[in-house]
Amino acid sequence: MINEVLHTLPQVLIDGLTLGAVYAIVALGYTMVYGILELINFAHGEIFMTGAFVGTAILLTFAGFGWLASMPALVALVLVLVVTSVVTGLLGMGIERVAYRPLRNAPKLITLITAIGVSFLLQDIVRFIAELKNGNYILTGPSLFSGQIGIKASSISSIFNDASVKSSFFIVLIVAVIMMVTLDFFVNKTKWGMAMRAVAQDRETAALMSVNVNKVIALTFFIGSALGGATGVLFAIQYGTIDPYIGFILGLKAFTAAVLGGIGNIRGAMFGGILIGIMEMFAAANLPVISHGVLGAEYKDVFAFAILIIVLIFKPEGLFGKVSIEKV
Amino acid sequence: MKNVLHTIQQNKRLQAIVVGLYIVVTFFSLYLAQKSVVAFLLLLSSLLLLYFTTFSNRVKWLIGGVVMVVLLPLAASQGEAYQSYMEVATLVGIYIAMALGLNIVVGMAGLLDLGFVAFFALGAYTYGIFATGQANNFMPFGHYPLSGESFWVFIFIGCFVAALFGILLGVPVLRVKGDYLAIVTLGFGEIIRIIFNNLDKPVNITNGAMGLASVQPPRLFGIDFMYPNQFYYIVLVILITVIFAVRRLEFSKIGRAWKAVRENEIAAQAMGIHLVKTKLMAFAVGASFSGMMGVVFAAKQTFVDPTSFTLLESITILVMVILGGMGSVPGVILGAALVTILNLQVLTELTNWLNQLSLNGVINVPDALSPAKMQRFIFGVILILFALYRPQGLLPAKNPVFDEKDLKDADKLINAGVQKEATQHVHLDS
Amino acid sequence: MVLKKTLSILATTTLAVGILAGCSGGQKNDTANNGGNGGGGGGSNVIKIATQSPLSGGSATLGESIKLGAQLALEEQQANFEKLGFKLELVPYDDQGDPKKGVANAQLIGADKQVFGVVGHLNSGVAIPSSEIYEKYSIPMVSPANTATDVTDRGLKTVNRICARDDFQGPAGAKFAVETLGAKKIFIIQDKTAYGTGLAEAFKKGAEELGAQILGFEGITVGEKDFNGVLNQVLAKKPDLIYFGGLYTEGGLLIKQARDKGINVPIMGGDGLDSSTLVQIAGDAVKNTYMTSAAGLATATDAGKQFAEKYKQKFGKEIESYSAYGYDAMGVLLKGLENAIKANGNKLPTRQQVAEEVRKVQDYQGVVTKVSFDEKGDNKYAKIYIYKFDEAKYPAKLENEVSKQ
Repeated sequence: MINEVLHTLPQVLIDGLTLGAVYAIVALGYTMVYGILELINFAHGEIFMTGAFVGTAILLTFAGFGWLASMPALVALVLVLVVTSVVTGLLGMGIERVAYRPLRNAPKLITLITAIGVSFLLQDIVRFIAELKNGNYILTGPSLFSGQIGIKASSISSIFNDASVKSSFFIVLIVAVIMMVTLDFFVNKTKWGMAMRAVAQDRETAALMSVNVNKVIALTFFIGSALGGATGVLFAIQYGTIDPYIGFILGLKAFTAAVLGGIGNIRGAMFGGILIGIMEMFAAANLPVISHGVLGAEYKDVFAFAILIIVLIFKPEGLFGKVSIEKV
Repeated sequence: MKNVLHTIQQNKRLQAIVVGLYIVVTFFSLYLAQKSVVAFLLLLSSLLLLYFTTFSNRVKWLIGGVVMVVLLPLAASQGEAYQSYMEVATLVGIYIAMALGLNIVVGMAGLLDLGFVAFFALGAYTYGIFATGQANNFMPFGHYPLSGESFWVFIFIGCFVAALFGILLGVPVLRVKGDYLAIVTLGFGEIIRIIFNNLDKPVNITNGAMGLASVQPPRLFGIDFMYPNQFYYIVLVILITVIFAVRRLEFSKIGRAWKAVRENEIAAQAMGIHLVKTKLMAFAVGASFSGMMGVVFAAKQTFVDPTSFTLLESITILVMVILGGMGSVPGVILGAALVTILNLQVLTELTNWLNQLSLNGVINVPDALSPAKMQRFIFGVILILFALYRPQGLLPAKNPVFDEKDLKDADKLINAGVQKEATQHVHLDS
Repeated sequence: MVLKKTLSILATTTLAVGILAGCSGGQKNDTANNGGNGGGGGGSNVIKIATQSPLSGGSATLGESIKLGAQLALEEQQANFEKLGFKLELVPYDDQGDPKKGVANAQLIGADKQVFGVVGHLNSGVAIPSSEIYEKYSIPMVSPANTATDVTDRGLKTVNRICARDDFQGPAGAKFAVETLGAKKIFIIQDKTAYGTGLAEAFKKGAEELGAQILGFEGITVGEKDFNGVLNQVLAKKPDLIYFGGLYTEGGLLIKQARDKGINVPIMGGDGLDSSTLVQIAGDAVKNTYMTSAAGLATATDAGKQFAEKYKQKFGKEIESYSAYGYDAMGVLLKGLENAIKANGNKLPTRQQVAEEVRKVQDYQGVVTKVSFDEKGDNKYAKIYIYKFDEAKYPAKLENEVSKQ
């Protein structure tokens, strides 16, 4: 049994890492917004989805004009990533301005309900546009980076089987790491980053220290959404096919990752994302083996949600978060 | 116009005439124009009109009862669309009961629950499993399917099972608050659905994705309940019980405790409210309504499978509560009715009409625009607009206003009574 | 005071009720008369045929193709029925692949006395509860696509289908996999829906009977995009064939991700894969994929080619697998309707008569299949076709046909 698990381990790790990288960056968006507004931005999963659609649409347009063949794939990728993150960043700012800002002092329940509303609205608008343009809202983009690379894991130890990697895996991983490192630098080392941290700590005091709170919150939404949108593009490149409903459950799992890492904590979210990705992949590959066929692979989502519930109940501050004391 | 409204508000006789006329007119229009969905809806909305009158509660209930029990079925029964009207009315009733259940959790106790449909599923499966041959797979004794007579017992069993799970969910959830609570309940709802979808091995309990087909119809005095008009009365009876229960609970000690917890947990605790008990009660009572209707739904549908219990359903019920007004019983009833009718009748009819038009070549509507597909869009817009501009909903919750003088008088009376009693006691003792 | 008011209101209500009651007697006659007049007049010369299939949601491509196929057949027959004195109309309903919606629609259909038949559904999970309603109203239903055994096994008089059953399709696929492709070790993946599970179970049973070893029977979640977890299991088990019970969206991704992982064994699936979207999603990876389908290759015959051309001309789309089945299902239904009208002396028949005549249709020649119903409503001529994708092109190449018996 152990042998069987070990055989597939290299491949499981690689697949888990890919998925985990996606979760990690989406989790960043949740964690940033939560850190600053104490609001679960349900619409973040949908911004991710919108990013995937915008990116695929741009790629398809390029392919339609025949530009895709004539330019190096990396250039196309960078171009698409930049355009998409600007679009989704602006979208995120717009959502904040229209739907969240008027409610900043309303009860939390109301804001949460608006967030669900925005999420539904985005799903349907994207579906509508995709269906109108394409006749079918399931969209398949042109494939970039589809080469295969074999990893000879068996040469390390004979227990392992060889694994194979799509070259887009490296792209996803590298871009994800670049984004996370840049964000970490931005938040911890720049003036605007400091302003963000100040607002997260205490909005009123930050305002007194001549921090423009509205601007900082808008910026947070822009960055979070831009990252989410860019991740959407990465997702579309890695998996090829997208539909308007990919955001919700994925967003939920990314949120789980953010909670696991300690919500409000950027490094925690990265770690939590990768952990959840690997655990999910491990569960899907090995649950039937470990449980002797009693639990099928389809229980993996139950595990993801169970982790969420357990963490929230027993360690709500997450693995890396600080315990917050409730003031009365 | 304002003046007219004002005079009507002052004069009960005028109100009686207006309401009576309205009911008569809509009754006849439905009676004569059987196909007119509008007439059906207008007759239903007479209840709303009734709500705005200043009659005493008993009178309102009486008239409402007459409309629901006699007039509506009678008016609709003349034509061919009878069963489809009754189907819609039945579903409206089912959703109203569920929305009232969620209203206790979200509206009164202020606990946002995004997995509410799980309790509905529990009720439906409770009856579905025992009213088909499915139970033979794992029950060591008994002969299944149980006959349709057991349906009446199962309404209570479904109620109980859902309440039990409500408490089971409630216990761990008590530690989390606000947003986290929403996420945890959402996760719980998904877990229940996934488990139902996969519980066909190792022991086949729910028959997994294949669902449970040919659920026994309810039976009473040898009559099988198969048509929507029969279910309509079952649902009506349960619904009236539920509304009655909710009204009583709302103004009882526990109802006031729920509201106190909603407004401020810590302050409520300081006032001596037992937080755990109060919250668990909210979960249990809310879930039990859903469980009952789940049983009815399984019997009406004759088929239960996990696709009926998705997250979208939970959100739909939430939309009903928000639209009507959180914490407001009449509001939630209105919200549930509006959303269900919108979903089942208005959108479908609109789609068919547009389809006819484009088939006849009058206008060309792209398929992507078909109203039946716009459900999520409409829900999203409702949620956002109401949260932004009318968070209290269509019919906001009203706290009862007490007249200070009356209270004082009552106080005096009670005091006098106590004194009198005291003297009596003395009397007896001696 | 209160009592007085209550009394007065009660009085008013009773009065109102009394008036209503008084009127209702007369009213009934009126409506009855209207109905009677309508029978001879213009009103009820309209005969409506409904379609129910998902026009929105994940399987909209297939649902849409059923509707369009049926629409084409209906429009062609309009002139014919005009001569008999009836006007045909199509009323498409969207069941969204949701049983609740399907049943609610079925009630609406049943309530509309002008509807004399239904072509639908796509999903067996929707067809089963909805057909209970059709049976109550005796509306004949002809299914172009429902393969689950329970659809006709309940013995309903109104339910018919022109495609093959799961317990025919699954074993037929298994036979081909084991005997022709020589698969000894098979890994089965299914999508945990009524359709996917039913088909996969039937295949499993068939394959086991033929002596193949089943290495795994795993589920995936509809709507997901990453199936690497399950595929890692496949990789570990090293089967020589993968069977997938499910629809084209997940199927396409599964095929693509399997090929990316270097799993090059043949992949086989059921009729749920039979869509052009599969090729769009999987791209070149679709090579070496087999699929059993209840739908024959419409373009194989001359009639079929003509149909494909007409379809393209009218709707501007290529045909899908079920377009022709929608067309034939409508054809059979209209044939039954026509027979019923003729048997009734060119007058409007009852729904029961239509249902009986539909069941009695013998040797109807459609564009993809010949139709005769047996006593359960299954098509005696239903065939299973086995296709293979040699290149990224839809429709695939026909490999084999298996008929009943």
